Amino acid sequence: MKKLLIGTALAAITSASGAMAAGHGTSACLITKTDTNPFFVKMREGAEAAAEAAGITLRSYAGKVDGDHETQVAAIETCIADGASGILITASDTSSIVGAVTQARDAGLLVIALDTPLDPIDAADATFATDNFLAGELIGQWAAATLGDEAPNARIAMLDLAVSQPTVGVLRDQGFLQGFGIDLGDPNKWGDETDPRIVGNDVTAGNEEGGRKAMENLLAVDPSINVVYTINEPAAAGAYEALKSFGREDDVLIVSVDGGCPGVQNVADGVIGATSQQYPLLMASKGIEAIVAYAADGTLPENTPGKNFFDTGVALVTDQPADGVESISVAEGTDLCWG
Amino acid sequence: MSGDADNFEAAVKAKGAEAVAEFKDTRKGVLATVQHALHVNPALVPLFVLVASIIGFGLLLGSKFFSPFALTLILQQVQIVGIVAAAQSLVILTAGIDLSVGAILVLSSVVMGQFTFRYGIPVEIAVAFGLMTGMICGYINGWLVAVMKLPPFIVTLGMWQIVLAATFLYSANETIRAQEIEANAPLLQLFATKFQVGGAVFTVGVVFMVLLMLVLAYVLKQTAWGRHVYAVGDDPEAAQLSGVNVRRTLISVYVLSGLICGFAGWAMIGRIGSVSPTSGQLANIESITAVVIGGISLFGGRGSILGALFGALIVGVFTLGLRLAGADAQWTYLLIGVLIIAAVAVDQWIRKVSA
Repeated sequence: MKKLLIGTALAAITSASGAMAAGHGTSACLITKTDTNPFFVKMREGAEAAAEAAGITLRSYAGKVDGDHETQVAAIETCIADGASGILITASDTSSIVGAVTQARDAGLLVIALDTPLDPIDAADATFATDNFLAGELIGQWAAATLGDEAPNARIAMLDLAVSQPTVGVLRDQGFLQGFGIDLGDPNKWGDETDPRIVGNDVTAGNEEGGRKAMENLLAVDPSINVVYTINEPAAAGAYEALKSFGREDDVLIVSVDGGCPGVQNVADGVIGATSQQYPLLMASKGIEAIVAYAADGTLPENTPGKNFFDTGVALVTDQPADGVESISVAEGTDLCWG
Repeated sequence: MSGDADNFEAAVKAKGAEAVAEFKDTRKGVLATVQHALHVNPALVPLFVLVASIIGFGLLLGSKFFSPFALTLILQQVQIVGIVAAAQSLVILTAGIDLSVGAILVLSSVVMGQFTFRYGIPVEIAVAFGLMTGMICGYINGWLVAVMKLPPFIVTLGMWQIVLAATFLYSANETIRAQEIEANAPLLQLFATKFQVGGAVFTVGVVFMVLLMLVLAYVLKQTAWGRHVYAVGDDPEAAQLSGVNVRRTLISVYVLSGLICGFAGWAMIGRIGSVSPTSGQLANIESITAVVIGGISLFGGRGSILGALFGALIVGVFTLGLRLAGADAQWTYLLIGVLIIAAVAVDQWIRKVSA
């Protein structure tokens, strides 16, 4: 009820300000999950810079919290009413948003999903995203290569995002396991693997507090854990605190995904062994370029060959490169980091 | 009648011999006795559930769960929610509700961190500013509730948004990393200081939570201010007529609640090592859950603050116990949902004793 109240109030505010700001010429909309996550802040910076370069108007909208679906729907409606040429959206609810997205596409707008594919993925005209499965695979391969002969005896903790199993979390988790050399059950779901090396899965909400608690829970299940997969770097930082309180911080390998600046710094400090870095700025700037091209002559963006989306790239950041796994140094990662 | 009025002392004496109306419990039986006992000691139910669940998981999981280590781990895991639940209990005892506790907690911790690292203020003073930030937020809540007579739900719903947005605007959602804090401002991690007694691990945060609860339990029961809090929650008009300064009591409750949230923010830095604006935001819902499971009435004026501690611990026991038992994390939420409804049902049943 509360959530609904907030959602409605925010929806009212966003649509009101959107209506007031109606402008002329080519315009594009950027709709992100929140205004506060540095990942989306970086995304907005990228979009703003690209829009300015192309001389088009950009309007940005964001949900209040991750999962705020109503606000995003209201934002799409505002963009349609506004006569925008295209929408870049990071959907909070990837399947529920499809109705509103279809409405926008029917009205002639180009809709590009950024970072998070819609469900189904072809509900949007295109998806510009990190290959999250590959991101997971890289850290999985790195962990296995770093352990070397010990890999068959690994004790692995899986620190996931949420029990609702959002696709981004599933892809990273399953990618990691595949990279590590563990048989996946259903690749659309985490937690159904039978490999005895996995101690367990727990959820972190992607923040430090959740990371610490989940790590403690799994250490209580099995104190001999020596490999920790984390959904993102804040969760990894929390897991590290838990390991520290158990006196285990030096003999456990933590891997993560994101490539935010504090996370890369944590790789430099040895908190995280390796992290897969993604590039939100690129997603947004490429997205704006696609909208400009579409507005000019109706060109639709093309996917990366062999994938059903446009891959904005991912790189493994570590100062301990492993054989057979391509990586970049912490210094290079720092130059490219966001937030 | 006039005789009585003229010679009232004699009249009172004479009447004193007569039987006056009495509260006489005519109901008998075990159930009625239990109901009465629960009415007098509302923390008994959650205490019973807590002990039963510890024994239950102990039997199910053996020494893995029933060890000083695991049991004190639960204390560490609930410390933030426990501290916030103390603040929440105070407000709920006045028949209010505070949705802004989590946001105040986050803002306080961010102020402590940013004042130290962004402005280079000595860490002791930055901590004081953080605690003061909590008090100011609490004061605004209290003033709006007590003086402007706005419903607490609405006031704190608004404050929740305002404080959270202010936090993000101010901090740009930047995390201050644990390693930097450890090197430059270890005082911020004070609550993480741990000491071991056998296999049991205690942290300053845990001790703080327990002491806070005990002190508040004493203050609420034994001091005039504490009784006023209950009186205001039970019936503000009656309290006003009995000479309680309702306005001042309410404001003081919200200020104290804000201060406790400030401490919770400090404790959270200790717990997660870093200053992170994304952690702790669900503390409002989690603290209300603890308070409700702890048997404190949402209608105000009834319940023991120790119940909130037990409530928080029950959630902690179920969370860790189910994880150790290998259950899907969803089961924890499901069972906590059941506990909430059961707790309110028991509360309603106990209320009937006074009906």
